Amino acid sequence: MRNVGVVGIGQCPVAEHWDRSLRDIATEAVTAALHDAGDPAPGALYVGNMLAGQLTGQENVATAVADAAGLLPIEAIKIEAACAAGGAAIRAAYLAVAAGAHDCVLAVGVEKMTDHLNDAVSAALATAADADFEAGHGVSFVALNALLMRRYMHDHGVSREAFAPFSVNAHRNAACNPQAMFRAEISVDDYMSSPVVADPISILDSAAICDGAAALVLCALDDDHLYPHTPIRIAGSACATDTLGLSERRDPMHWQAVADSADAAYRQAGVGPSDIDAFELHDAFTIVSALSLEACGFAAPGDGVRMAADGSIRREGDVPIATMGGLKGRGHPIGASGVYQAVEAIQQLRGTAGEAQIPGARTVMTQSVGGSGSVAVTHIFQG
Amino acid sequence: MRTLKKVGIVGYGAYVPRPRVPADTIAATWGVAGNGALPVRQKSVPALDEDTITMSIEAARNALERADIPARKIRAVWVGTESKPYAVKPCATIVAEAIGATPAVSAADIEFACKAGSEAMQTAVAFVGSGMAEYALAIGMDAAQSKPGDTLEYTAAAGGAAYIFGPAEDSLALVEASHSHVTDTPDFFRRQHMHYPEHGHRFTGLPAYLAHTQGAAQALMDEIDAQPADFDWAVFHQPNPKFPRRIARSLGFTDEQIAPGLVVDAIGNTYAGSSLLGLAAVLDVAKTGDRIFFCSYGSGAGSDAFSLVVNGRLAAARRTAPLVSDYVDRAYVLDDYGRYLRLSRKIRLL
Repeated sequence: MRNVGVVGIGQCPVAEHWDRSLRDIATEAVTAALHDAGDPAPGALYVGNMLAGQLTGQENVATAVADAAGLLPIEAIKIEAACAAGGAAIRAAYLAVAAGAHDCVLAVGVEKMTDHLNDAVSAALATAADADFEAGHGVSFVALNALLMRRYMHDHGVSREAFAPFSVNAHRNAACNPQAMFRAEISVDDYMSSPVVADPISILDSAAICDGAAALVLCALDDDHLYPHTPIRIAGSACATDTLGLSERRDPMHWQAVADSADAAYRQAGVGPSDIDAFELHDAFTIVSALSLEACGFAAPGDGVRMAADGSIRREGDVPIATMGGLKGRGHPIGASGVYQAVEAIQQLRGTAGEAQIPGARTVMTQSVGGSGSVAVTHIFQG
Repeated sequence: MRTLKKVGIVGYGAYVPRPRVPADTIAATWGVAGNGALPVRQKSVPALDEDTITMSIEAARNALERADIPARKIRAVWVGTESKPYAVKPCATIVAEAIGATPAVSAADIEFACKAGSEAMQTAVAFVGSGMAEYALAIGMDAAQSKPGDTLEYTAAAGGAAYIFGPAEDSLALVEASHSHVTDTPDFFRRQHMHYPEHGHRFTGLPAYLAHTQGAAQALMDEIDAQPADFDWAVFHQPNPKFPRRIARSLGFTDEQIAPGLVVDAIGNTYAGSSLLGLAAVLDVAKTGDRIFFCSYGSGAGSDAFSLVVNGRLAAARRTAPLVSDYVDRAYVLDDYGRYLRLSRKIRLL
C-alpha cells in the first residue's frame, strides 16, 4: 500500500440552496478543490451521497457530477453508506490511491435536501434504518436517537441539560466558520427552551436539514512535489459495521462499529486517543457525541457528558470536537458531512482554520456514522 | 405607479369576529410544549354564522359609514380572499347587493393568497384614477384555513378590512404612488380538492416574504425618492409577529413606526385581510399630514407597496365606525379545541 495524502480541499457554504441544483453545488466544491491542488487531472471521482435518488430523482449521481464538473471520461462511482457516505467516499478514494490504481483521486460529498418538505426528508432519512424492523413501523431517525438519549439519561442519572454543552460548543465554533449554516452562539437557556422534536430530543439537539458539497483531492505521497500544498497524510482509514437495527444489539448504548473503526484507524496510524488534537465526530444529535466519545476511548460509559460539562470538548480543551461547528453548527448535508469534516481537519492541520484554529494541531480524527451506529468510517489525518 | 387623476381613500372599515382561540389551547391539544415560543398569543375565528362574505359586508358597511356616500355611486366591488364559501360564484356580488351598490357595478373576487386584498386596492385605485369610476370598493377578507396540527394552525385567523377609493379632494388619505413586485415563487399553495394549503416551511421566509416585501418596498421608495424616515407610520403583512419586525428593521423603519399597525399577536394572521387591517389600525390613530408606508405580501408570490398621506377629513370620519381596537377588544376566549373545530367547520361526518 502506498502512502496517501490530501493536497486539495474545496467546499461550498452549507445553507438552504433553494436556487441551486445538486450538480451545481457539487461542481463548486470539486472546482475549488482542484484549484486548491493546482488543477491536476484526477484519475477517478468518488461521490458520497445518500438521498439523490429519493429527493432529487437522480441516481447515477457520480456521472452527473463528473459531467457537470467537466471531468468526463473520468472513472466515477457513487458511494452510499447512509450518513457515513462522505467518509466512505474518502475511504474509497484512499484505497484507490493506496492500491496504486490511481495517483490522484477526487472524493466529493454532496447532498441536496431542501427541495422537499420535512416529512418527505424524514421518510427518506429513515431508509438508513432497518426497513423491515424499524422504519417499516414508523420509527423516524430522530425517534431512534430519542430512545438512545432517554436510555442514556436513565442509565447515568443525568438530565437533558447535561447535553446542552455539546450544542453550545458546536454553535460557538460555527460562529468562527464562514462556511457554517448557523453562525450564532446559543446559550444553555436557548437549548433548554428549544421546541421538542421527539422527546427528549429538541431542535437544538439536532442537526438541521440543509444542502452542501465538499471535496478533497488525494494523491500518492511519492508524487507530492507536483502539488502547491504540503500534503496532509492520511495516517489511518477504517470502516466497520454493526447490526442494521438497534434492537439486534446486545448493548445499544455501546456503538461497536464506531469503536471498531476507531480502533483500526488508531492501529494503522500508531496513535491512541491521547494523541488526537481534535476530533470531528458525527454530532447529528447530541446523544451521538456522547456515545462516540465513549466508543472511541475518550471517555468511559457515562463520562461523555462529563467531558462536555468540564469543557474538555471546547477548542481550549483536551479533546476539541466540532471545531468548526460540527454537524450541529456547520450543518449536516448527509452524504457531504464526512467530507466537510475532512476539509476542516485539513484546515486545522494547515493552520488555516482562522478563529477556530486549534493551536499546534498535528493529528486530527474525523468520523462519519451512518444509521444508528450501524456503519462508521474513521480517518486520522497528520500534518 | 401613479394614476392620471389623483385618488384617495374616502372610506375604510375593519371587521374582526369575536371568538379568540388561544395558542396554548392548540398547543395543548397537540401535546406541544410551547415554552413561550408559540408564534402568537391567540387568533380570531369566525362565529358559527360568519364567513368571508358576511365579514366583508360588515367591513364594507363600516367603510361606507366613513365615506358618507350613497352606495349606488360605487362602480366596482372587488373582494380579495382565499377562503371563498363558493368555489364558483363571486362573494363580491353578494357584498355589492347587501350594501346597495347593484346593479350598475363591476364585481369580482380576486385571488392572490394574502396579497388578494391589496391587489383589489391596486385595481380600485386604477379604476378611479383612470376616470372609469367615481368610487370603487376593495376588500381584503379571509376566514383562513389551516391543517389541524400544522404550525399555521396557531396563526390562521379571520378578519379584514374594506377601502373605498374616490376623488383625492374628498379623501381621508391621498394615494401618492404604488408599486407591485411579483415573481413565480411557490412558497404556499392549495390545489383543487385539497382541504388545506401546503407551505414550504422555511422557504416561506427569505426567498418569499422577505425578498418580495423588500423588492416592492425599496422600488416604491426609490420611485418617489423617499426614505423610511420620511414616513410617520409603516404597515407590513403580518403572518406572525417576527416577519414584519424583521423586514421593517432591514428596510430601516423603527419599531415605533410599525407598532400601531401590528395586530397579529392579538388576532393572528388574517391572510388577505392582514395588511389591510394593519393599515386600518394606523388610520385609526394617524394625524393630518402623516405619511403612511404600506406593503402587503402574498404567497406565490408578490407584494404591493403604497405611499399614503392623511387628509384633514380623517379625524372626523374615523369616529363614525368602530375602530380596529374596538374589534380587537370585543372578544371572547374559546379555549376549547372541540368547539373551535366545530366553529371552523373542521368536523366532517363520513
